[in-house]
Amino acid sequence: MIKFLFDRDTWQEIYSSIRKNKLRTAITIIGVMWGIFLLVVLLGAARGMGNKFDTIFGNFATNSVFIWGQRTSMPFMGFQEGKQVQLKRSDVDKIKEEVKGIEYILPRNITNALVVNDIKTITTGIFGDYPLLDLLQKKHMVFGRFINENDIIHKKKVCVIENDTYKQLFDKGVNPIGSHVIINDISYQVVGLYKDKMRMGGPQGGIHIPFTTFQQVYNQADNIGWLMVTASEGFEIRQMEEDIKLMLRNLHDIHPNDERAFGSFNLGDQIEKVTGFLKGMQFLTWFVGIATLIAGVFAIGNILLITVKERTNEIGIRRALGAKPAEIRRQIILESIFLTTIAGVLGIIFGGLILMVINSLVGQGEDATLVNPTVDIPVILIAFATLVTLGTLIGLIPAQRAVSIRPIEALREE
Amino acid sequence: MIEIKNLHKSYPIGKDKLHVLKGLNLSIKEGEFVSIMGSSGSGKSTLLNILGLLDEHDEGEYILNGQVIQKLNEKKAAILRNKFLGFVFQSFNLINYKTALENVSLPLYYSGVGRKERQKIAMEYLEKVELGAWANHLPSEMSGGQKQRVAIARALVTQPKVILADEPTGALDSATSSAVMQILKDINKEGMTILVITHEEDIAEQTKRIVRLKDGIIMSDELQLQNA
Repeated sequence: MIKFLFDRDTWQEIYSSIRKNKLRTAITIIGVMWGIFLLVVLLGAARGMGNKFDTIFGNFATNSVFIWGQRTSMPFMGFQEGKQVQLKRSDVDKIKEEVKGIEYILPRNITNALVVNDIKTITTGIFGDYPLLDLLQKKHMVFGRFINENDIIHKKKVCVIENDTYKQLFDKGVNPIGSHVIINDISYQVVGLYKDKMRMGGPQGGIHIPFTTFQQVYNQADNIGWLMVTASEGFEIRQMEEDIKLMLRNLHDIHPNDERAFGSFNLGDQIEKVTGFLKGMQFLTWFVGIATLIAGVFAIGNILLITVKERTNEIGIRRALGAKPAEIRRQIILESIFLTTIAGVLGIIFGGLILMVINSLVGQGEDATLVNPTVDIPVILIAFATLVTLGTLIGLIPAQRAVSIRPIEALREE
Repeated sequence: MIEIKNLHKSYPIGKDKLHVLKGLNLSIKEGEFVSIMGSSGSGKSTLLNILGLLDEHDEGEYILNGQVIQKLNEKKAAILRNKFLGFVFQSFNLINYKTALENVSLPLYYSGVGRKERQKIAMEYLEKVELGAWANHLPSEMSGGQKQRVAIARALVTQPKVILADEPTGALDSATSSAVMQILKDINKEGMTILVITHEEDIAEQTKRIVRLKDGIIMSDELQLQNA
């Protein structure tokens, strides 16, 4: 068999039979090539999308939960249902003490306000924030800095602006650092400008001011808008969410079973949904790719069957001259393998080229839609091996047909 | 060389059977030049197919070169065909995308002769049929007589024991026919056993022995003393 593979005559036979049917060979090859090409490109695109999500999630603490107060739905300890629940700054410290496995706990506040810069006026969300926020939701600073401890201690009138808000308040290209904007008739110095890569996990955008400044200016005293909690490694965020809510119900004199008193949003849940979607897409990619491959391989089998039919007379001559059935059979199987191999290699090359083009068009930089769309070499090798195996198997059909015709009948065919 | 005893062959036609060969006895010795004559339907092609191991007989005995032929599988038949038999067909049966030289060397390829050796031998035989200059031409570039000479070279190239020629001149005009017959006579002179199937009287008359078939039975079997 090895000798057969490296025999010049073997390849000459294949070359001449392919040369005889150039168009048909080309069409067949394109069919299979298309299959593996699709597989490579789809897998690459899926990978690029996965990478994209990874970079987005990389900026968030994915094991985090947001908790805020709502209205009670059950009467308890003399309170009627429908009591407005207000989270307090003191809750934060108590939760920190009592609940195990908390990595960070961060109170936030929000209000809507009229913001004026020169003649431009907008209404936007004003956040009261701690420096810690930058750690939990990475703020990509374009200019300046985020709120720092000093701002918190001295209740400074400084603010950090999100890019979209900046665009509404400032002329294009103006460096806002050091200038002042007026929020509810109070002047704040702009100390930073950042860009949100993706918005998820609570309200974003707008303008951030120090938490303590917010408390003072808006007379919030100890009130906080909502809590953001992240779990340490090894702690289940969902369990923590339940624990914290139960504890909060206890602290606020709310019925222990009152599920509606506190609202919450679990980022991990949301991300799981997205990754689930990604997995589904990857599965679909494989399914479509492999189905196309199989279709292509069947096309090769079909073409070879026709070729065998057309070459019946030739096969008869060869057998009259002493070709053994095995020799005829392996010749046709080798043709099938050869065609699938060529098609596979071409498909992989073209797929790779397309991925390179996609990569250079939309795969790089901050706003890339698909980040590094690539396909693993082992995946390619497996797909390729599958293709060649299928090519061999499908080649068996025409090969068997070729030898099942008796030479005398084959010779009669003109 | 060839021994057949009480050879029967029938083909199924629907529910019925068509009895084509009805007990043939024939003995051909080495070096003979035999023609088998008969009109169409006489069973001569069936006989040739059986002798050429392209078909199997139902009953009786067939001994080729001392070997009893019975229930051969395709592989064994292929080896025997390659080793003992050379075919010449009415329609030449050359492979149309191969050159004359490639066509002639094909049987050697199947008997496992190396490439260079193969081409050398094939060239010798092409020169023997005076087609050395046409070695690299495709069959489509040659005349009928030339094609048949290529086919004869191909039949001879493995140095078989018997040449089986099925209407070798059937597709040729009379001038080229006699040229082809001359080649067959020449190789017979060198000792080759040749069996020609024909329905043309003047072709049969050029052989050394004529076997006449009619309805699956041998009617006569006579030596042509003038050719001996």
